[in-house]
Parts: sequence; C-alpha cells; structure tokens
Amino acid sequence: MSAVVSLRDVHKRFGQVEVLRGVTLDIAAGEVVAVIGRSGSGKSTALRCINRLEVIQSGTIEVCGHAVHDPALDLRVLRQDVGMVFQSYNLFPHLTVAENITLAPRRVKRTPRAEARSLAEEALARVGLSDKIDAYPEQLSGGQQQRVAIARSLAMHPKVMLFDEVTSALDPHLTGEVLKVMEGLARGGMTMIVVTHEMGFARRVADRVIFMHTGLVWETGPGQMLAAPQTPELKDFLAADL
Amino acid sequence: MHYRFDFAALEEYWPDFLSGALTTLQMTAVATVLGLVIGILCAIGRRSPRAWLSGLCGAYVEAVRNTPYLIQIFFIFFGLSSIGVRLPVLAAAILTLVINVGAYTGEIVRAGMDTIPAGQVEAAESLGLSRAQIYWDIILRPALERVYPALTSQFVLMMLASSITSQISAEELTAVANNITSITFRSFETYIVVAFLYLALAVLLKLAFWGLAQALFPRRRRLGTPL
Repeated sequence: MSAVVSLRDVHKRFGQVEVLRGVTLDIAAGEVVAVIGRSGSGKSTALRCINRLEVIQSGTIEVCGHAVHDPALDLRVLRQDVGMVFQSYNLFPHLTVAENITLAPRRVKRTPRAEARSLAEEALARVGLSDKIDAYPEQLSGGQQQRVAIARSLAMHPKVMLFDEVTSALDPHLTGEVLKVMEGLARGGMTMIVVTHEMGFARRVADRVIFMHTGLVWETGPGQMLAAPQTPELKDFLAADL
Repeated sequence: MHYRFDFAALEEYWPDFLSGALTTLQMTAVATVLGLVIGILCAIGRRSPRAWLSGLCGAYVEAVRNTPYLIQIFFIFFGLSSIGVRLPVLAAAILTLVINVGAYTGEIVRAGMDTIPAGQVEAAESLGLSRAQIYWDIILRPALERVYPALTSQFVLMMLASSITSQISAEELTAVANNITSITFRSFETYIVVAFLYLALAVLLKLAFWGLAQALFPRRRRLGTPL
C-alpha cells in the first residue's frame, strides 16, 4: 500500500523550543491512525504541519502527492485534499449551518448554489443533523457544532481528514455522539489521523496507535499495544490516564 | 427678557434650508460609503505584516485623529489650490470628510477584525479559501456586524461635523443658515430651525442604518440579538 501521508525526519521549532525532533511516519490510504501523548509532546503540531498551518524547519512531508515542505506549493490545492476538524469547532458564527458547509464548495470549487445545498444535505445526513440545516451555530450544542464542523470538512470531499482533539471541549455524552460519527467515517474507508485523549476510541477504532513523546514518535502499534506498552514512557502515560 | 420670536421672517427661506439639508445629506451619503471603503482598506493595511504598509496606515490614522478637523479642511482646500488643483468646493468638502472619517472608521473596523478568533481563520484556510476570500467572508462581515453601532454613530458624528465645511463655503445646511442670518438678522430663530433640521437628519440616518442592518445581518434578525 502506498502512503497517502508521509513525514520524513520532520523538525519544527517555535523560537528556541524544538517541538518536533525528527518525526518520521507513513499513513496508508484508508488507514485510521490515533495519535496520543502528553500535552506538549508535539502531536497537535505534527498534525498542523500536515496541512501546513505550521511551517517546518527541515525534513519532508508528502500528502496526496503534494510536497508540503515546498514553499512554492499552492496551499489551496493541498487543502482541498486535506480536511481538518478543530478542538474549538471554529464554525463561522454569522453563517447558518448550510452556509458554513457550502461556503468552501462555492468559493473554492465554484459549485453552483443548488448543487452546494445538496452537498450540505448529504454531509449533514452523514453526521445525523439533517434537521439543523438552517440553524445558526449558537443554536446548537457543542457536540452538534462539532458534527457540523465534520460535515463542513466532508463537503469538500477530502482524501485525508485530520482531527485535532475534537472531543476535548465536550462532556462524555456529547463526546460519544461525535466519536460515533468518526467511527462511521472510519468504517467508510476515510483516511484519518486523529489526535486524541480518548483511549477507548484509539483502542477500538484505530488501525494503528502512535504514541508521541518529547517531539518524537516513541512507540507505535495496533490498538492492543495500549494493553501491553513496551516503553516505560507509554506505561507512565497510560497509568496517568486511569 | 423681551425677545420676540419671529419665525415668519424665515418662511421665504424654507427652500434654502431644505436644499442645504439635502446637500448635507448628499455629502454624508457619499462620505459614508467612501469613508467606509477607506476605513476597511486602512484596517487591512494596519494589520498587514509588511511594516511599511502598516506604518503608513498608522501614520494616516494618527495624523487625522490628532489634528482638528477645521485645520484638515484648510490644509486640503488651500493646500490643493496652492499646488494648482482647483476642486469644486463641494468636492473638496467631501474629500476632507472622507479623509477624516476614513481614519476613524479604520480604527473601529480594525478593532472589530481583531476580535475574530485566529481559529476561524485557520478553519477557513484549511477549507482552501484564499486570503481575499477569508478577509471578505470570515473577517470583514462578522467584524462589521460587531462594531456596527460604533461605526454608525461615527457616521452620524461626521454628518454633524460636516457643518464645519461651511468655512470653505460648501453650500450645506450651516452655510445656508449663515447666509440667511446675514440677510434677516434672525440668528436665534435660524439656528433653532437648523438645530431641528440636523436632529431630523440624524434620526433619518439612524433609521437608515437600522434598516440596513436588518438586510445585512440576517442572524441578528433571526435570533433577535440586539445590535
């Protein structure tokens, strides 16, 4: 299987602080990867480097055939292939759910209004929120807002989706409804990189778990590795989680 | 106190009052539109990472906001004519208004833009929107919505300040009033009438801005959020 996302010896510094210290990893088409680790371990930064919300200092990143490390890359082309969902949802508050979802297809892909609307309906059906199409974000619960954010991303038909701690702001009940949507996507064959603190999700849904520590990929393996950690750092991390 | 009011003396000048008020309204309308455009461009310029651009816009804002409007009028009007540019008085008056209000709206719009969370912009970037599209759809629209009350009261203030352009004899409401008093010597009555006309214009303006908000900000209308 060829890699859809591939990082080679990626280094990223914020000022004096080296957040990524040589990250190398490959993610295949259709693979669901959970990235776990302490705050400050570099997992969110690694994710943000993949669609170049952060610029790396050295190494290479290839995503769907785009050389992300190349300063000459057309970011708009890259970002049509990569969807991203954030911890704080980041819905556009002045737009309805439908407008949130149709904005990018209409502006970026020049999709006609009616067609964009049916894209929105289709995406909302996938996250189970068809009845909220004309609501404004502030009328929705946090879980619903996050599902709309997922639908907004889906409407661009990305090849890879990045999830950056998308349930960290939600209570357990709302977390459950968002994770269910993500599980559905995973089963549908979407390539997903999920930075998460939800160990249950990592164990159950992910094809592979990556444990990051001090800016490095420290340990990696199938979901079962969480039951039998090899390194003392992962053991520590999992113990703290209980 | 034996002042006897004589409003009848002003009756024949009613058409002049109205045409003065109309001129004030026209100046205000043009200066509001152009001033808003300048203000938006200036706000974007000040937020630019290019130091020369944000410096330039900052210098303009500070220069305008820290000098008297009357001096700005003279500076532009006499400055232009001494370098050989002869503008019609009304055009010159509108130009000074635009330059003046552009700086104030620039600061208001910038404050609004600064309240847009960085995450919104990142989300838009992740969706593949261009810089210009992000500015238009994600930053400017909600920013204007947020600062709308401050913005509109600035335009009302500008309308009132336009009376100062009577100093270069733009034929707006105050200049008309000055002419009428010098003919009728009924200063008190004249300025009472003028005060009420300005008040009426201000109310009219506020109504227009309210109506515009209803059309521009559907979320406020739908959710009943007060502006």
